[in-house]
Amino acid sequence: MDSNEKAVVYVRLKEGVLDPQGLTIHKALLQMGYSDFLSVRSGRFFELEINSECADIDRKIGEVCSRLLSNPVIEEFTVERIR
Amino acid sequence: MKVGVVTFPGSNCDYDAYAAVKSVLKEDVEFLWHKSTDLCGSDMVILPGGFSYGDYLRAGAIARFSPLMEEIVRFAHSGGMVMGVCNGFQVLTECGLLPGALMRNSHLRFCCKYVYLRVENNGSRFTGACRPGEILRIPIAHGEGNYYYFEDDIRRLEDNGQVVFRYVDRDGRVNDEANPNGSANNIAGIINREGNVLGMMPHPERAVEDLLGSADGLRVFESVRTACSAIAEAGGN
Repeated sequence: MDSNEKAVVYVRLKEGVLDPQGLTIHKALLQMGYSDFLSVRSGRFFELEINSECADIDRKIGEVCSRLLSNPVIEEFTVERIR
Repeated sequence: MKVGVVTFPGSNCDYDAYAAVKSVLKEDVEFLWHKSTDLCGSDMVILPGGFSYGDYLRAGAIARFSPLMEEIVRFAHSGGMVMGVCNGFQVLTECGLLPGALMRNSHLRFCCKYVYLRVENNGSRFTGACRPGEILRIPIAHGEGNYYYFEDDIRRLEDNGQVVFRYVDRDGRVNDEANPNGSANNIAGIINREGNVLGMMPHPERAVEDLLGSADGLRVFESVRTACSAIAEAGGN
C-alpha cells in the first residue's frame, strides 16, 4: 500500500453550462423508474500522487487544475487532499 | 505563399490539407512536426483535423502544450496567419488564441455529413474570395463541435464581425434543423479580434475539387492566398 499523499481533483461543468451527458443519464434514470433523482450533472476526477518534499504544492495543484485538468471557460474544479 | 501543416500524434487531416495546398492551390507547403519549434518560414500555419493525443482529457487540451504550439502562439501574436480546422479549432480555443470552447455535440453523437455554411463576414483574410452571404457546401466530421461562450461574449463576437461562418439550411436560413451540434447562434467558424486566426469545424480541405463532392472549400484557401500576397506586398506582417 502506498502512503503518499494524494490530491483528488473533481472537474465539472460550470452551473448554467448545458451538460448533454448528464441530461441523457438523467433521462435513462427516469426510464428505469427512478423518479426521485431530479437532475444529473456529469464530471470527472483525477488522482494526483504528491511528492511529500514539494514545498509549494498548493500553488502547483491550482496551476495544473486551471492550465490542464479543466478548461476555465466552461468548467470548475474542487480539490480534496487525502493521506 | 508558403503554408505549414502541423502534424500532432493523432492528426488525420494533415495530408488532406497538404494536398489541397500542393495539388489544387499549387502553392508551397510543408509538414511541421509537433516536437519541432521551427515554422520553416510559413506565411500561414494550418492546424488540421483529427484526434490529437486521442482526444484524451478534452479535445485539443494536450496538443496545446506541444513545443510547436508555443511557437505558433508567438507567431499568431505577432500577426501571423493561423487556421484551425475541426480538432485544430479545438486546439486554438484551448490555447486561448480563439475565444470560447467546443463542447460535446448536444445530441452526443459523432456527426459526419455535408452542411451548408453562410459566409457572415467576407471582409476577413479567410473569406475575402467569397461573396457576401455566399452559401458554401462543406463537410463536417466531429463529436465535439458545439461552440459555447457566454451570451454577452457571443454578442460581442457578432458585433465585431468575428463570426465568419454559420450553419444554415440549403436556402441560407438559420434554424435548429441546420445546426448539427447545438452551437450557439449556429456558429461554425470564428476569427480572433485581430483577424489573423480562424477556427472552423467544417473541413474546407475536404471540399477542394468537384471530384470530392464540392469545391466550395477552395474559397477559403484562395482567400488566404490573396491575403498573404497582400501582406507580402505591404512588406510583411
